[in-house]
Amino acid sequence: MHELAITQSMLDIVLDQAEKAEAERVLAVKLSVGELSGFVEESVQFYFNFLVKGTIAEGATVSFTMVPAKARCRNCARVFKLKEFDWSCPDCGQDSIEITDGKELFVESIEVE
Amino acid sequence: MEIKVLKNILSANDEIAERNRALLDKNNVFAVNIMASPGAGKTSLILETIRRLKDKIRIGVIEGDITSSVDAEKVGKEGVPVVQINTGGGCHLDANMIQNALGNMTLEDIDLLLIENVGNLVCPAEFTIGDHKKVLVSSTPEGHDKPFKYPLMFHTVDAVLLNKIDLKPYLDFDLEIFSQAVKGINEKVEVIPISCIGGQGIERWLSWLLIQMGRKP
Repeated sequence: MHELAITQSMLDIVLDQAEKAEAERVLAVKLSVGELSGFVEESVQFYFNFLVKGTIAEGATVSFTMVPAKARCRNCARVFKLKEFDWSCPDCGQDSIEITDGKELFVESIEVE
Repeated sequence: MEIKVLKNILSANDEIAERNRALLDKNNVFAVNIMASPGAGKTSLILETIRRLKDKIRIGVIEGDITSSVDAEKVGKEGVPVVQINTGGGCHLDANMIQNALGNMTLEDIDLLLIENVGNLVCPAEFTIGDHKKVLVSSTPEGHDKPFKYPLMFHTVDAVLLNKIDLKPYLDFDLEIFSQAVKGINEKVEVIPISCIGGQGIERWLSWLLIQMGRKP
């Protein structure tokens, strides 16, 4: 549900940056999205196509770079990818971990002309 | 031409959240964001907290629901100021809604602000609102596997209150697995088994809360 609000915030950033660059058209938007952020690609694309109507970003494509969820073990400092149902360290087996990647929600770059 | 942006999409929300916290700090209000799935016992916890603390500290409540004012009416009967936010379909409270609600409260008359978020274990974890502490009410009928299914929520909070502990004898809830899973995701978190109806653990929750507020439990 909240993809609508987030897509609107994302579009605000895109249009603001495009305006600063005095661009006439936005061709593409690249997003960096953490695996844990719960941000659904299809949903964003759907709302984006709706919200861009009448703006210079109309027709722009949105692409996602998924950032895998990673954590650092508090015991042995090993950094590892989080598996769905297992958040314990693959080296020492400890399950005291700190999430380092996977919560991102960034506009990475935009392509304009 | 490609333009590097590297801008956090949630930054607009985060900025308002920071302003909310500054406003609360200015008025010496301690805000607790209470999150849970629907039916876990958020409103019961708020009611029990008000009943036991209202002679000690001044409490205010923000009730977040998709629709209706059922909860605000219940809380209002306890004689504390309450503002109802109806998100109109929205799955979480965001910083802007809290900003509006704060504008409708007399903050000088409140020491502790309890904010009941929309019942949902996903979206409320992603939106900052300007609180000082986040509390998750989980409950035994939901099962001990919830930390595995909603890791970000369990990772985000400062305390997990495991409600309906009095029902445990009738359920296959494994407290050991639950506690280990929670600690695995979030080492610093306090896990407090409680029962809003039976009263178990409520004193421990209140002590934790008062300590966070910098007060004597």
